Order: sequence, then C-alpha cells, then structure tokens
Amino acid sequence: MTDALSRLLSTRDWLMADGATGTNLFNMGLSSGEPPELWNIDQPDNIRALYRNAVEAGSDIFLTNSFGGNASRLKLHGAEGRVHELNRVAAALGREIADSSGRTVVVAGSVGPTGEIFEPMGSLTHARAVEMFHEQAEGLKAGGADVLWVETISAAEEFRAAAEAARLAGMPWCGTMSFDTAGRTMMGITSASLVDLVEKLPNPPLAFGANCGVGASDLLRTVLGFSAQGTERPIIAKGNAGIPKYHDGHIHYDGTPALMAEYAVMARDAGARIIGGCCGTMPEHLKAMREALETRPRGPRPSLEAVSQAMGGFSSATDGTGDDAGAPVRKRRRG
Amino acid sequence: MADDNDEIILSELSDDELVLQMHDDLYDGMKEEIEEGVNILIARGWTPYDVLTKALVAGMTIVGADFRDGILFVPEVLLAANAMKAGMFILKPLLVETGAPRMGKMVIGTVKGDIHDIGKNLVAMMMEGAGFEVLDLGINNSVEKYIEALEAEKPDILGMSALLTTTMPYMKVVIDTLKEKGMREDYIVLVGGAPLNEEFGKAIGADAYCRDAAVAVETAKVYVARKHNQLSA
Repeated sequence: MTDALSRLLSTRDWLMADGATGTNLFNMGLSSGEPPELWNIDQPDNIRALYRNAVEAGSDIFLTNSFGGNASRLKLHGAEGRVHELNRVAAALGREIADSSGRTVVVAGSVGPTGEIFEPMGSLTHARAVEMFHEQAEGLKAGGADVLWVETISAAEEFRAAAEAARLAGMPWCGTMSFDTAGRTMMGITSASLVDLVEKLPNPPLAFGANCGVGASDLLRTVLGFSAQGTERPIIAKGNAGIPKYHDGHIHYDGTPALMAEYAVMARDAGARIIGGCCGTMPEHLKAMREALETRPRGPRPSLEAVSQAMGGFSSATDGTGDDAGAPVRKRRRG
Repeated sequence: MADDNDEIILSELSDDELVLQMHDDLYDGMKEEIEEGVNILIARGWTPYDVLTKALVAGMTIVGADFRDGILFVPEVLLAANAMKAGMFILKPLLVETGAPRMGKMVIGTVKGDIHDIGKNLVAMMMEGAGFEVLDLGINNSVEKYIEALEAEKPDILGMSALLTTTMPYMKVVIDTLKEKGMREDYIVLVGGAPLNEEFGKAIGADAYCRDAAVAVETAKVYVARKHNQLSA
C-alpha cells in the first residue's frame, strides 16, 4: 500500500474529491469549443488556480486537467501528437500544488472517454483503446500523478480497456461511469452490473463509482444501487451541482452550496467513501460539502423517497436494478 | 437475437405477417432479414413508399419508443438503425424513381470542440428511419461549416448536438450568427445532448430541445407540419 490514495483510505472513513473542471475554466475565460488541455501549457497559472481552489476548499483528491487528453479527442485540434506532453504537464502542475499544500492531497490523473464506439457497432478496437489510454497514462505517470482516474465512461469495453492501460502503466486506478440514461449508462450498464464488472477485472480499481450523469438525485440512486450489492470496495460519488441553465452568455448550474452539502452527507449515508462534485461544482460548493461532512453525524442509509424529497425527483421511474431488473421485455416472434 | 427458430421463411409469410416479422427483425437488428423482407415486398408489387413507411418507419417507431422508455439502449438502437439503413439502401433509388413524398430535410452536426457523435448519429439514423433526408456534417463543426451547409442544402431543419459542458455554449454562437445574418427564421433549429435541457434550448434561442432521438423525430414532424401549414395559409 504505497500510493497516497490507499494510505488516505486506510486512515479516514470518507474523503472529499474535487468539483468541476470545465465550469471553473470557463469562468477563467476558456472559450467554448477549445480544448482545456492546451491550457496546461498555454495558461498554466489558470490550471494551478483550478487545482489550488479545490485544495483550499478542502478536497483530499483533485483531478488533473486531462479529461480529453487522449489521441482520439486531441486529434480534433491537431494535437494528437501532444498526448504525453499535455498529460505530463497536467499532472506535474498538480504535483506542485499537492506537495505545497502541507497535507496529503491525491493527484488523480483524469482519463475521459475516447468518444468512439467499440466494434462491432463502431470502429474502435480493444487494442487501439488500450493503446490510447496507455499513452495517456504514461504521460500522467511521468508528471507524478498518484492514481489514474477514469471517468464518465459508458461502455463496459471502454472501462476494461482503461483498466488494462492502468496495468500496463503500473498505476493504481479508480473508475467511474456516467449513468445518464434512465438510471443506466448510455450503453445500458446498470449500477449493479458495474459492481460485477469491477470485481471481475484482473486489476480492479482502488475505488469505483458514478460521476456526472443527470442530477444529484439520480446519482444518489446509483450509489444506493452499488452499495445494495454488498461491495466492500470504496464507492465514489461525483454528482453534478444540479442542472445547467444559461444566463448572460455562460452556463450556470442551479444546485446551491446548501443542496450540495445535503447531497454530500446523503452520499456518505448511502455508502460512498469518496465524495465530490462534477459539472457546476465550484469552490463554494466544495466548502459547504466539506463542512457538512465534518460536522454532520452519519445517518441511516437514505431511502429513495428521502433522496427525492431532499434532492428532487428522479429522471426515470426505475434504474434497471432490484425488483425492476429486466422488467419490461417485449414479446418476440423469433427466439 | 439468437435463434433456433430458423423455420421462419420470410417468403412464405403473408404480407401482414411479413411486415410484423420485419418490425421484430428491425428490433433485433437483423440486417440480412430486413434486406430480404424489403426485396420480397417490392417483388410482391408494394410501392417503395409503402415499404418504407409500413415496414421500416413503423418498425423504427417501436425501437424509438422503447429507447425513449429506457427498455432499449444505444447498442441495440445502433444495430436496429444499421438494419434499417440496409433496407433504405435498397429503397432509396426506387423512392427517387417513383417520386415518393418527402418528409423534409435536415442538416445535422456536433458542435465545434466536441467529438461525441453517438447521440447525433442516432438522431440522424432515426430521422432517416422516419423518412427524412439527412445531411450529416459529422463532428467538430464551426459556425462557418453549419452556415455553408445551410446555404447549399436549404434544409427545413438544423440539428446541433453537444455532449460536453465545455461545448454546449457553442450552440448559441451558431444561433446568434444565424440571427445576425437574418437566416434564423429560415430554419427549424433543434438541439440535443446529454447535458442540455429544455430551458437551455429556450435560453439560447433554439426552437426545441430534444431529449433523445425518438423525441427528435416526433418534434421534427410537428415543426415541419407547422411550417408547411404556415406556408399554405
């Protein structure tokens, strides 16, 4: 147990992750359509500020500015030849902030999806996906990331490819999926099936869970779905601060710091050990979350009713788990 | 999808049975069976338009409804759309030849900076499945590219997609440019993508936000019909 995340997990019963990357960078002047990763080189002070804000707001873990730092995504901007550089610098800037914080802060190397679809529906092969993730992982490792943080994944194939890349790079890793379609991922993965998938990997992640998706209530339902499987593995909850609204030329998420504080406490009661935000989660949300996690007592595991009462309704009536598993099936003529 | 029921011989089914079977085969993404079914109906003297609407479009409507209701997910819908496309490939030249009625035309693309095209592809496929003509601009489209396509194609509908919080504001850039050029009212503008919602669609000046591909098709039909009514009024 040599990595910083494992050490923290062994001494603390909950950890706080960070908030949004995109939303924060927009507020610093990133323009829509431009790849945030280029700022690692072009505007390093903004990236330092992004990381520092999360640390100062109380995050124990923050994600590097490398979400779209794979060859497939960077190719859009003709930057596919800069994968190693952009990831290395994303992590190195993080290392600098973490090491000067005066406490243990985990630099988590963010790895987002390729944006491509796997064979046979699409053209991405397992080998190519592993190669792209591995290239990115080596850059993050060279820059000093403590762990790889695979996030916003929809497909089981992509999750497995990222796991293999982590193994090739010799890095501990965490992995989360985005449950944004009727309580499942776009590709139909349920919370229960992610638990299964994770436990069957040859190199399972240190922690796994859900990020992004629809809103705080859906995310908490997913976390309840994970813990209902009786998993011992630490669960990650990184939900959006409400839903996006457009105001005066920029995007604003409608979740208040008070709501996110409530969400953080509920996520912990639901079984999550690593709790953070995703899109729209700003430093003021993180501060409120940290304070709530430190001052409020643990409560019982919340029911779905309690979640929807506190956070708002769910985006779909069911999420494909429990009694609903496989419920609606169409009667077939063949087969 | 697996099947031990090889005893179904499509050519031995009555027209009604065959059409129902094709709905099932579309649902299961069975490409060869769909091609065979289309050829059989054409050989039996069906008009290409009837094959399109009664067999393919009706079948894709079921797929769309189950996608909307969280019964089917992206992989199944992609397979179904693929089977539908194979059928359309046979029908397309025949539809042109017979001067079949058109539903309308759409130019669609993912906005600048966004590589995600899964949702956009689904919309394009479902729109084609509903009988619309679709020009797909692919991913990473600048405002210039959208406008060039609109001027060249004169579609009824412009569809824009974004999957990232970092790219969704670009939709407003495109809509604002259309307004500046006095072109906004020439098109029905539909937007979609995971981080969006209805309020966002309204705030940026789109005609409608479409939650998923099935809703996009329904919305497109309503708006195109409304547009035609206005023109004839």
